[in-house]
This record gives sequence, C-alpha cells and structure tokens, in this order.
Amino acid sequence: MKNTFKYIALAAVVGFASCEPEFENSVTDAGFYDTGSANLSNYVAVGNSLTAGFADGALYILGQENSYPNIMAGQFALAGAGDSFTQPLMNDNLGGLLLGGTPVAENRFVLSTDANGNPFPARLEGNPTTDVTTSAAGPYSNMGVPGAKSFHLVAPGYGDASGILAGTANPYFARMATSAGTTVAGDAAAMSPTFFSLWIGNNDILSFATSGGVGVDQTGNLDPSTYGPNDITDPNVFGASYTAVLDALMAGGAEGIVINLPDVTSIPFFTTVPYAPLDPTNPDFGPQIPTLNATYGLLNQAFAALGVANRSIQFSTTGPSAVVVKDEGLTDISTELTQALAAGGLDLPTATIFGLQYGQARQADESDLLVLTSSSAIGQLNTDRMAELIAFGLPEADAAQLSVNGITYPMEDQFVLVPSEQESIATATAAYNATIGALATARSLIMIDARAELAEVASTGIPYNGGILSSTFVTGGGFSLDGVHPTARGYAFVANLAIDAINRKYGANIPTVDIGNYPTVQVHNNGGN
Amino acid sequence: MKKLVFLAVCMLASAMMYAGGYRVSLQGNKSLAMGHTGVALIDSSELVFFNPAGLVHLENKLNISAGGFGVFSSVSYQNGATGSSTETDSPVGTPFYLYGSYQVNDWLAFGLGVYTPYGSRVEYMDDWAGSHLVNNIELAAIFVQPTVSFKINDVLSVGGGPIYVTGSVNFNRNLSRTLTDIEGNRSEVTIDASGVNSWGWTAGVMVRAGENVTIGANYRSEIILEADEADADFENIPNSPLTPFADTSAKASLPLPAEMTVGVSYKFCKKWTAAFDFNRTFWDVYESLDIDFADENIPDSFNARNYKNASTVRFGLQYDATKMFTLRAGYYFDESPVQDGFFAPETPRNDSNGYTAGLTVNLSDRFQIDASFLYLHFKEVDASYDAYTENGVAAPFGGTYKSNAFVPGLGVTYKM
Repeated sequence: MKNTFKYIALAAVVGFASCEPEFENSVTDAGFYDTGSANLSNYVAVGNSLTAGFADGALYILGQENSYPNIMAGQFALAGAGDSFTQPLMNDNLGGLLLGGTPVAENRFVLSTDANGNPFPARLEGNPTTDVTTSAAGPYSNMGVPGAKSFHLVAPGYGDASGILAGTANPYFARMATSAGTTVAGDAAAMSPTFFSLWIGNNDILSFATSGGVGVDQTGNLDPSTYGPNDITDPNVFGASYTAVLDALMAGGAEGIVINLPDVTSIPFFTTVPYAPLDPTNPDFGPQIPTLNATYGLLNQAFAALGVANRSIQFSTTGPSAVVVKDEGLTDISTELTQALAAGGLDLPTATIFGLQYGQARQADESDLLVLTSSSAIGQLNTDRMAELIAFGLPEADAAQLSVNGITYPMEDQFVLVPSEQESIATATAAYNATIGALATARSLIMIDARAELAEVASTGIPYNGGILSSTFVTGGGFSLDGVHPTARGYAFVANLAIDAINRKYGANIPTVDIGNYPTVQVHNNGGN
Repeated sequence: MKKLVFLAVCMLASAMMYAGGYRVSLQGNKSLAMGHTGVALIDSSELVFFNPAGLVHLENKLNISAGGFGVFSSVSYQNGATGSSTETDSPVGTPFYLYGSYQVNDWLAFGLGVYTPYGSRVEYMDDWAGSHLVNNIELAAIFVQPTVSFKINDVLSVGGGPIYVTGSVNFNRNLSRTLTDIEGNRSEVTIDASGVNSWGWTAGVMVRAGENVTIGANYRSEIILEADEADADFENIPNSPLTPFADTSAKASLPLPAEMTVGVSYKFCKKWTAAFDFNRTFWDVYESLDIDFADENIPDSFNARNYKNASTVRFGLQYDATKMFTLRAGYYFDESPVQDGFFAPETPRNDSNGYTAGLTVNLSDRFQIDASFLYLHFKEVDASYDAYTENGVAAPFGGTYKSNAFVPGLGVTYKM
C-alpha cells in the first residue's frame, strides 16, 4: 500500500513535469514551414571569403558560424531540409593561420581603445592554432575560399599546399582540398549538391581596389596565370570561369542562387577616410601651415607656368585641407617641373627632388577614395622616403620635412583610388555583373542584386528590429573591422535576402532571421581575457 | 543597454508565479480546492490569511493548519517569423503555509500565519531568443502575520494584524542581444538579494447575515521590498573600457501590491456550501523595475512594467459527503495585470482559468488531511515586450506564449 502510493506520487510528478503546453500550430511541427518546390536537402555554397564567413580580417569560428550559408542552412533545417551542412571550421577564435608552424594569415581585428579611450581596430594577440597541414580533409558544404578569384575556382593545384608560398595555391583551400590537384569547383560538385549558391568575382576587382590600384587592369589579357595578385581580371576570363563553375555545380541538376558584385563605393574600406582630413587645429600640423604654404607657393608658380595651375597645393588655416596625393592618371611633368623651379631660382638639387616628388602630385578632391589603411599613414613620417632623400644628400632635417605622408610627401598609389583607377574598377564590375545577370537568366537561377542592396545599406541604411544597418565603419553594424567584409549582422542580412528570394521563386515558406540578434564588432583590449 | 529585475526571498521554500504577475494564490488546501475562495468561509485557521475577522467564530479553542504545494509550471515560446522556439525548464515551486489560532474567550481570538503569497521561479534555456530580458528568475517572499480577531456582536466581527515580510531574489539575464566576450560567450548579469525585509498589515470584517449566509471583506496593504545591497555579478564581459561592467552592488525595489477581497458564502441543503470571492489587486503600483548600480560607470537600468489593476473572480463549492469525507471543487478567472506591449517573459502571464478540486479526510474529530489540485490553463497568446531598447532604439521582443501549471497540494488540520 505504501509502495503503491509512492509509485502513484512518482508517476504524478513525472506526469506534471512532462506536461508541456503545446501550441495549436507549433513551429516544430512538420509542415509549419516548407521548402516549396526547392530541393534544399543538400545545399553547397561556393565562393570566396564572403561565403566562408571571413570577417575582421580573418577566418575564425564565430565568424564561420555566422556565415550567410550557415545561417541559411540553419533556417532551411527549420523547414525540414535536414541539417547536414558542414563547414571547415578553424581551430580557434583568433583566426590566424599557420603553414607548418609559420604564420600565413594574421589574427582577427578587435575594437581596442587607446589610453584616451578612443577606439581603433587592433589585431587580436595570441598564437593561432590552425595549421594548413594538419587540417581535416573536405569537401565541405561551405566551399568558400578566402582570397579566391573567379578563375581560381577552376584552377587545378589551387589546393596544393606546396604551392602556397609560391603563390599558386591558397592556404584556406589547401586545408580542405580533397587532393593536391583538385579544383574548388570539382570538390564542390563532388558533394552532389541539390541546391547551391555562388558568390565569386569580388576579389577579381577588390584586390586591385584595396591595394589602392597598385595592380594592373588585365582586360585584354586572357591568360590568368600571368596575372599578379592585385590585378583586375579580364571580363572574358571571368565569364569563362563563372560558366565553368556553374557547369560543374549544375551537372547533377542542381538549382541555385548567384549573387552579383557590389560597388566599391558601398564599402567602408573606401568611404571612411575623408579626402580632406588635415585639421588646422592639430598642434602637429596647424603651426606648420604658413611655412608649408610658402614652400608650396614656389611649386604653385611653376605649376602655373607649366599650364597646370589646377595642381596647385595650398593648406587652409581655418578649415580642413585635402591631402596631397600622387595621381598616376596625371601626366608626369617631373622634368619640366625641375626646369621651371630651377629657372625660378631654386638650386638644382632641390629643384630635382621637388620635380621628382611632385611630378604627378595634386591635392585630393571629392572624387578620390582614400583607403582605410591610409588613416594610420596620413601625417606620419615616411621613413623609407626620408632614407631615400638622405641618400640623395639632403640633410636629415630637410629630408624629414619632405617625407610627411599626405602633407609634403604625396600619398602613394596604394593609399588612394584616383578616378582613373575607380573607372577601371567600375568598368570591370559592370562587365562581371552583366555576365552574372545573363547567366542567371539563361539558367533560371535566382540572382541576388547585392550591388543594389549594399548601395542601399550605404546610402539610407536598412531598418531592422532595433536599429538601422548601415555601412558606417565600426558603428553602422554592417561591416566588420577590416572595412571590407560584413559583420555577422551583415551576413545575416545577406542570408535573409537569399531566403526571401527562395520563398518567392519556389513558393517556399522558410523563416528569416532577426538580424538584430547577430553581433557586429567585438570590443576587446589585448592583455585581458 | 541593460535591464534587470530584482526582488525578494526564500529560506525554506520558493513560490511559483502565477495568478497574475508574481502573486501566488496558494494559501491553503481547503481554500484552493474551492477556487481559492475563503474571505467569507468559517472553516479553519486558513482564515488568518483569508479574513482574520472570522477566526473568532471558529468552533474549537485551538486550530492549526499547515501544508504545501508542488507547482509544476511550464511556458512554451515560439516566434513564427524566425522559427525560434523554447520551453522553460523551471524547477518545482513549493509554496507553503502554517496557520494557528487560539480562542481566548467568546469575543477574542489570536492567530499567527506564515505564508508565501508572492514568488516566481522561471528558467529558460540559457541564451534563448529572449535572454536579453531574462534567463532565469527565482523570487520569493515569506509573510509572517500575528493576528487578532474580535467579535463585536453576533453579526459583526473584525480582525487584522501586522505583516512582516522577508524576501529574496536571484535574477539572471544577458546584457544585450549580442554582447559577448572574445570567445563568443554572452555577457550576462546576475542580481542577487536576500534578507530584504519590510512591513505591512491586513484587516478584515465579517458579517454573519443569517444562519446560512456570511459576508466578508479583507484588505492587505501594499508592501514595497527595497533591496539596498543586492549583489550584481557580471560575467563574460569583454576586456574593454567601452564595456565597464564590473561586479558591484545595486539598489532596487519591488512592490507587493495591495489586495482587496470581498465575498459571500451560503450554506444550503444541509451538506452544501457555496462561496464567491472577488479580488482586486492594485498592481498599478508596479510601474517600472529600476536598478541603480553603485558603480557610477555602469548605466542604471530602467525597465517599464506599467501593470494595471487586475481582478479575479472565484467560485467554490463544498459537499460534506460523509462523516469521513468532505469534497470540494472550484473555478476562478484570473485577469492578468500585464498590458499590451509590456509582456515580459520573466512574468509571462496572460489571463488564465483555474480549475480546482480537493477533499478533506476526517481522520478523527481533531485531525484532518486536506488535499487539493489546481489546473491552471492559459490561452495561447501573441504578445510582446516593446519597452526594450538598444542604443536608444526600441527592439520589441515578441512571439507566441503558452503556459500551464499543475499544482497538487497536501496539508493537515488539527483542532482541539
């Protein structure tokens, strides 16, 4: 009797505890969501760093978990598509990558603060633990390879670890390539996707752009093996590569999504540093202005004499001034300038140095894009240039005075995208996007207009639950601390674009995510936990 | 950037929340079995809580009632737009009561009660979709009430007494929807306070309008629990002066609202008693939950609640089946004090219907066992908390909630 009572009591307790309230229509019930006519059971994502979940200048676990393909796959799973999506996760949240113990990629950026509490991006300190040579073999559902250009996806040997240092192979692909000779597209196709996404081509222009245009526009050169790392890919090479990747992915009948390429002007890497950042109230700069203007006065007379008065350089004592830049689009007038300065009474050695230094110089204007990395160079002493000038025979003090980046020494090519370089980029981008659009139409693929969407993020911003997603560096929430790659919130926005497009095209009902739940930049000062 | 809750106590037991807000209407097994009526029922020393004026009418010189409940409560949450869903995994709540009364003479009785009318215990999965509002909360308040009851004449009696409250709270939530440390662990805060004490009072009046009709009214005062030295423990905070969340102490206050009850009981057909109670709980005192951190670098937390006054109607029926058994059943409708747009998941309560039943086993003239059972049913509700902000921008948190509670109770009554 006593035991019976115990059992009844126990059964009652278990019964109450397991009596969860159930919804009339539970989101976990089969059929609450559905994938419509899309077959999402085996989704494979192909692309570059954007697809990999690269952020803050590195690939690290937290970023990978918030890659747009992984977010999409998570939502697909809610709609019953299974949860077989795999990613080549790094070994840590530092993000650095080693090759046989030697670093080949840096740790991620975090938002640090200086002694005055001013925030700035700093590399996270720590010894990375991910090594190319010890990583597990692929293929993975996420075939995003940071650094890959269009033609790399179909290049045999791109995953051959022995070619990494020579530059013919990619360490991220080498981590997961199924063999030294395989291609990214080949490994992706071997996954037998039922559905795919492809976002490639960004690096075909972006590496030229982020390097300030130090590369070459290879339009007309159909042999990508002759390209340098910062060159613009020929649009025909792009088109042929893109087509080959689609052929491989679609060989088994898969459908999918292609994503086109945003304008560089949508990206904070190019829009954060103003062309006129020089502040006359800065005690390191303001007091120098009269001397600087007197010196530039001589130069401006020579410019006027040579018929290029528009290159004149003058700093304002009352408002912000533009930096001095070197514009490769300008005719080099070094020789004429030297002669004119000498004729004006300047001693020949000085006139020669001035002529060389300012032969393609002008003050920046609103048409120039200063890259993010220029912010730490502007106004700083360029020690390389100073050493050169000392070698020319200049006294140390004079050499130093002529070696201040953007003030006396024109900002070098790598720090500024001048209009002629922007034009090369815009032309190539338009050509690539035309190809992507045409291929999407011909093959009945969804095309996500990332160009238009990111332009909107950059101009008006995109409202979400709890804020507005914009491309403002650090505070806008859309872009990570490298200024190029999205934050997790930015990637979640991309995932929602893809999910919405799938729902429209396939009559599916897949839930989107609340992008306000995805993080932006990580604050952290090195030296703590 | 943050918001929190704070509150009050528990040494022996913790009480579960329901019955609107964090009021826990489980103050006696006999009463609960009859829909938690009792302001006009002359039956046992549960009157210490329900209406001290009635104590003087009890037949025996000494009356003691003690008991407790097991509260099995669950909340399910889902959001159809994002597909997120979760269920609470709350520990069993155990509210209890102990009442005694002593008849000094024909017109005077003394009583003492210890009971737990407020509390809450809710545990969500850590880092669930609403974790920026609450991960888990445990609050409890124990009331100790010495009581006196006077009979003015055969019709009218009055009673009342002071109430001493000791309370505690433990509350955890994430600091925002996204803040983490460098490894991605969500930044969180735990507020912990115990031994928070305060005073209040209760008073009642009872009218025996006829041989079979009793009318009662009872008022219990508002009691504000003020924690001056709660511990605020911050975890997983990024190493940055931009997130200056260091462990500190905090001040906060939580109101236990006043409650007015009127009711009537009616004996009929010899063996039957019917009871009707109406409660009005003055929840509008709970406007905002504000937390003042001692550390000046940490912004204080303001969390609008905007509760409204709420009513409960209760019906109960008792049948003296045999000398051995007394059977009871009841129903109540409990109006939620939570207004549209202020549905915070730490008190996920919409209107509810309570169905009760129970019995007393008369083991002897002196000794009784009281058992009761409550099933509390909440309709599925689409609701949101709109007052949460990040960087000054509102970020409403909403979804569909469904709750229920199963409450078995057991007690004893001793008379002599």
